[in-house]
Amino acid sequence: MQINARVIQDTLYLSLCGELDENSANYVRTALDKQLTNTLCKQVIFDLSELSFMDSTGIGVMIGRYKKMKERNIPIFISNPSVHIDKIFKMTAMYEIMPKIN
Amino acid sequence: MNYINQMTIKFDSLSINEGFARSAVAAFCVQLEPTLDEITDIKTAVSEAVTNCVVHAYPKKIGTVEIWVGLTEQTVTIIVRDSGVGILDLERAREPFYTTKQNEERAGMGFTVMESFMDSLELHHNTGGGLEVVMTKKIQSKKQMANSGING
Repeated sequence: MQINARVIQDTLYLSLCGELDENSANYVRTALDKQLTNTLCKQVIFDLSELSFMDSTGIGVMIGRYKKMKERNIPIFISNPSVHIDKIFKMTAMYEIMPKIN
Repeated sequence: MNYINQMTIKFDSLSINEGFARSAVAAFCVQLEPTLDEITDIKTAVSEAVTNCVVHAYPKKIGTVEIWVGLTEQTVTIIVRDSGVGILDLERAREPFYTTKQNEERAGMGFTVMESFMDSLELHHNTGGGLEVVMTKKIQSKKQMANSGING
């Protein structure tokens, strides 16, 4: 599992590469928070195009990051989920708090 | 049920084994020639069941997780068994967003995901403690479709 960060104008792009499950969850939490904690960006985009697998543990990780950023009024958007990850996001109504963008 | 092929794996309830478990089950199911979508559904459901063992069944120690898979020509049956702490209220556990670990960023969606990615989900108290999760899925096998002439 790998997290790549890049900033374009006022947007922080975080790409998640690999498999997000119970085994990688703690690493992903720490790696995302490291990028999110001090960001001066106005919005965050989680790019999931390289995320090959995710189960509901990943939803827990996403909700945790959402709550932290909500306190600072920084929205998070989801981009490029695979078909099955999209299914999990829809099932858990996640797009209501983290909208999907193209 | 007459199974054409069966397999059992047993492993420690370590999160590192989740990837192994879902890949092993998926690899075994490949002989039915499922679609990529069906394989991903199965992998996700297995991952959820094993996560439950790692996080909930054995919260303070490492225990054993057993997975049995039985195949018929068109169906996969998966049983995930642990001898851990078990679940008192099985109905409640199945409710979406219900979690006993609210402080740990848990979605409480494990059983909901298993239920929607598979065709059936049953939870049983394991004799001697722990939980038994029984899931089935019908495979729209390419072989079957070819035989019946639906898809050349």
